[in-house]
Formats: sequence, structure tokens, C-alpha cells
Amino acid sequence: MATNLLLSIAWTHVTTRVRQTLVGMFGVAMGVGFTIMMAGLMQGSQIDFLRQLVDTMPHVTVDDERRSIPSQPADQEYAAVAMSNVANVNQRPGIKYPDTIMTSLRSWLPGDVAPSVKTTAIIDHGGGRVGVTLTGIDPRLEAHVSKLASQMLEGQLTDLSRAANGIIIGEALAEKLAVKNGNTVLLGSGEETPISATVVGIFRSGLKRVDEGQIYSLIGLAQTIMGQSGIINQLRIRLDDPLIAQKVATRVEAQVGYKSVSWQEANSDLLSAFATRDFIVLTVMGAMLLSSSFATYNIISTITHEKRHDIAIMKSLGMREYSVRRIFILESMMMGSVGILFGWLLGYLLCYAWSLITIFNPLTGATVPLQIYYSPMHYIASGAVAILCCSVAAFFPARKATRVHPVEIIRGAS
Amino acid sequence: MTEIALQVVGLVRRVQGVISHTLVDGIDLAVPKGEFLAITGPSGSGKSSLLYLLGLLDAPTEGEIIICGQPTSKLSETERADVRLTKCGFVFQFHFLLPEFTALENVLLPMRAHGVMSAKDMNERAMSLLTSLGLGEQTGKRPNQLSGGQRQRVALARALANRPEIIVADEPTGNLDTASTEQVFGILRDIADRGQTVVVVTHDAALAARADRRIHIVDGKIHETTFRGDHKPEVAAAVGTAE
Repeated sequence: MATNLLLSIAWTHVTTRVRQTLVGMFGVAMGVGFTIMMAGLMQGSQIDFLRQLVDTMPHVTVDDERRSIPSQPADQEYAAVAMSNVANVNQRPGIKYPDTIMTSLRSWLPGDVAPSVKTTAIIDHGGGRVGVTLTGIDPRLEAHVSKLASQMLEGQLTDLSRAANGIIIGEALAEKLAVKNGNTVLLGSGEETPISATVVGIFRSGLKRVDEGQIYSLIGLAQTIMGQSGIINQLRIRLDDPLIAQKVATRVEAQVGYKSVSWQEANSDLLSAFATRDFIVLTVMGAMLLSSSFATYNIISTITHEKRHDIAIMKSLGMREYSVRRIFILESMMMGSVGILFGWLLGYLLCYAWSLITIFNPLTGATVPLQIYYSPMHYIASGAVAILCCSVAAFFPARKATRVHPVEIIRGAS
Repeated sequence: MTEIALQVVGLVRRVQGVISHTLVDGIDLAVPKGEFLAITGPSGSGKSSLLYLLGLLDAPTEGEIIICGQPTSKLSETERADVRLTKCGFVFQFHFLLPEFTALENVLLPMRAHGVMSAKDMNERAMSLLTSLGLGEQTGKRPNQLSGGQRQRVALARALANRPEIIVADEPTGNLDTASTEQVFGILRDIADRGQTVVVVTHDAALAARADRRIHIVDGKIHETTFRGDHKPEVAAAVGTAE
């Protein structure tokens, strides 16, 4: 059956029923528009958070641990031997030959690697005592593996070398302890006598838990607080493409033997929560589009009811049942297509309107504009789902109507 | 030998329900090409049911309908639709024109559905049909802008569009005034005279008398067959051999 004929009949139906057509289009436009807005809003906030997370932490961290406890030689040699709870007396803290490992990694890594010493410390100022994570860094290499340099609000990384026992602290911690740049604080491990340290810089990462619980010093100071001179217990890797971190971590671990953790693994609980949230959001968006297609269903039901005489006559003239059915599906798709165009415009305008709103973000502790992610995929996906919903919504009333025997209609009319 | 356009053998149509009812009860009939056959009978006699069966709009419970030599009992619904599209033209008591389309577009409909002619040829044929039926000035009008007689003539033009072998008409003059009735019947007569087969259901005995043959249906059976006085001898011969 000539598609032109079906299109022509469908077009005539939708253009001569302006009110019904507008209602159908409006329903689709609302569904598509709000779906795009929700997708942009949810994905925008998620991407913004992940970006801050990835910017704040190394993409891959190599610690002085093994993923599993090595088996004992006797275990390996004799099948009858069973050993448990054995302390490995040869295990010493720190990564062995860190310089050699870094040189080896630099030969293939798509990024850079820097040594650090990670330990816990207690910072004491004006009667306030706060437990923090202290990371000893090399200021010259740090710029290659973190964005700390660009996150400095006061001071510079190189200031660590200019003061005795210099430390850089987060903005939130500084506020908590009422510390200003240049102030002296007490820094200790809790076991030894605290030593005096000078605040030489303040940073803001955007993540409250980092800004409140992370401080930086030179490697030597961190080793002193830890009580392990000469030790390097962490290698931090930054990659050109953060998304390949998992693959790189696996390779690094295979190469050096130490536990290598990608940022995805380190935040797997968070990413899992995001996946759950994505699923919920997708379900809600699907439900919105499905709801909008009910308007189409009602309209096509009405049209097919009103057009039962036309259906009968078209079938009696020799038009096949599925051809007649296609007319009504085409009508629905025509309404849907125009509705989608308006929905795209509505979605864009809603996203723009939301981006003008500022809110307080409890994760970062800052008031920021709502982050909206504009993606062509939102428009394509919402359009595709909407047109599919319209087709399915039209199919059932069209099938029911075109199954009616023409004689029943013709006799009824006579 | 006269060619048979339409033949039915042992045609039965029953409807099942709380009470089963036989609408058409064992009819045998042969309609030669070019015959004008009128079917008459009281209300509920089964004449329209027979017509719908002849035009393949309905399927028989038993029996066979042969259209232009093609048995149809084994055809699928799609194949039956194709036969209707190419071999049958329908005219109903109510014109059943598509209300949003002009007279010309309504006549174009079966040709576009068939899809074998060029757009230019379809337009020329539709215009020619409408002009020949006296509607040359009405081609751009919609059904609600036409009189009852004009609508029925448009329906006739639509029925003729694909040059069908058989025109099937169910009370085509049922809603028309005397002048329009005369006009429409005259057109049907002309169609038969030009060699197309016309089968008409009518209540009007005077009009039925102008057909080549009239069959009177009572309770789903042929009660009486009457030939027009000047009917074509070959028609009677053909019918005689077939019935």
C-alpha cells in the first residue's frame, strides 16, 4: 500500500482535528521537556561531584600493602601443613625501592607518579584538637599528580620548603581551629611529643571531608610524625584520562605487587549509590514519558472511534487491515514528532532556568549554581522513547478499531 | 460463450448467537459479464447479506464464490482485500465518502491504494470519471458541500476508479430523491451496457424491473428469477447453464 496515501490520510486527520492534535502534542512535549530537565539536573550534579572527587584525589594510589596476605613457605611446600594467624616478621612498613618503581612506571604511564607518606596526626591549636590525615609530599612533583596547587587560597606549595615544619591545611579545618595562614599549631601522632608546625597555606578542594580532614607537609615532616624515617608508603598516580584508572591500577598492581587502588575502587560505594540513583531516575523518566503517551492513547482511541465509518469503507475498498492500522500509528507519530520538538525546546528552557538557581551544597559546603549537564543524548533518548511510546499507545486502539468487520459498521450505518 | 463474472455455488451464511440464524441459505447463482442483476426482497430476507458475500466483504459459512474465474473460499483476508481492490467496486446506501477529502481525492483513493498508475494518470482518470458523471465543477468540494445525489455519484466514480469487473451496490438510491435516483440508476445501467457487471440490491420494484435480471430473495433463498423482456439472449443462456 502506498505510504504516501497513508501519510496523506493521517496528515488530513491530524490537521482537521486541531484541538485533539494540540492536546496530544502538549502531553508529549511535557513528558519530553521534563525528562530532559531531570536528566540534565541529575547528571549535572553527579558529574560535578565526580569531577571534584577526581580532581581532589589521585587517580591511582599504590599503598605499601598486599591485596592478600602472602602464604608461608611451608604452606607452599607441604600440602599437609596448615598455618593460620602467622605474623609475617619480614614485613616492614613502606614501599621498597620507590624510586626504581617510579622510574619503571613513568616509562609507560599515561600520566605521572609522585611519592608520598600518608599517616594520621592530631593537630592542636587554641585548645582545639582534631584528628587529620597528613600526607607528606614533594612540592615539585605534587603539581603533576594533584590539583592542590590550583586549589590554594593562600600560600603556595613551595612555601612548605621555606618554613620549618610547614603545613598546608584545608579551609574548613582552618575555620574549625580558627587558624590563619602563618599561625603555629602543634602536630603530633598522639604517642610522641607534639612538634610545632607553621601553617604556610590554605586550600579549598570543594569536598568538605577533604577540606576538614586532610593536611599536607613535606615528606620529611610526615616521616617524623610517623616515626619512620626514610619511608615512602604511598605512590600517587595521576592519569591524562581518569576513566582508564581501573585498567592502569590492575597493571600497576601486577607489575609492582603492592595494592593499587583506582579512584573508582576507592569510591565504589559512592558509585554504586550513583548507579542506584541512575536507575531510579531512569525509571521516573520512563514513567513520565509513559504517562504522556496516555494522552496519545486517548486521542487515538477517540479518533478511531469517530473514524469507524472511514475504517469500514477503506477496508471495503480493499485497503488491508495493517495499512489502515498504520494510518493511526502515523497520526500518533506525527503528533509525537511535533510534540518532541516542542519538548526539546521546553527541556532546554527548563534546564536554563534551573541553572540560574543557586543552592547550598552540604557536600562542598558552598552555595553554587545548580549544575546542569547538556547532552544531545538526553534529547535523542527522550525523543526516541517518546516516539516509541506514541507508536505503542496508538497501536492498541488502532488494532482494535481496524479489526472490526466492515459489514458491522456498514449495516449499523444503514 | 459468455464469460461468467461472478458465480456462487451452495452459498450459506449463518450467524451464531443465542439463536443461530441463517442469512443466506444455499444460493447458486451465475452472473455473466456485463449483466445488470437486481436483488430484491423484503427486509431481513438476506439480500444485503448475499451482496456482502458477493463482494467479499463477508465470508460464507459454506459454499464457494468465484470472481472472474478465481475461487475465493481459500483466500486469506489480505488476498480478499486485494480482490476487492482490483475486481470489485462498492456503492452503499450511505455514500461513505471520507469527509475530510474532496470529491477528487475520494475518487483517487482506490487508485492510490492500488498504486499501479502514475499520479498524472490517476488524476486524469479521476477527473474524467467525475466529469462523465456530471461533477466536473465539483471536484474540489468536500462531501458536506455536495447534494445527496452528487455524493452518490462521487461514490460511483470511486467505485469505478480501478476499472473493476463487478460493481456491487447496496440500495444506492435509498436516500435519494426521484431525480437523483433516476440519474444514478441510469449511470448503473450505462456501466452494465459498457460491459461491466452490476449487482444491485434495491427495494424499488420499478428500478429492479430495468435490470437484465431480477432475483427475489425470501428467507435467504432465491424465490423467483425474472428476466427483462429484452434481455440479452446470451445472458439467459449463460445463466441457464450455470444455475
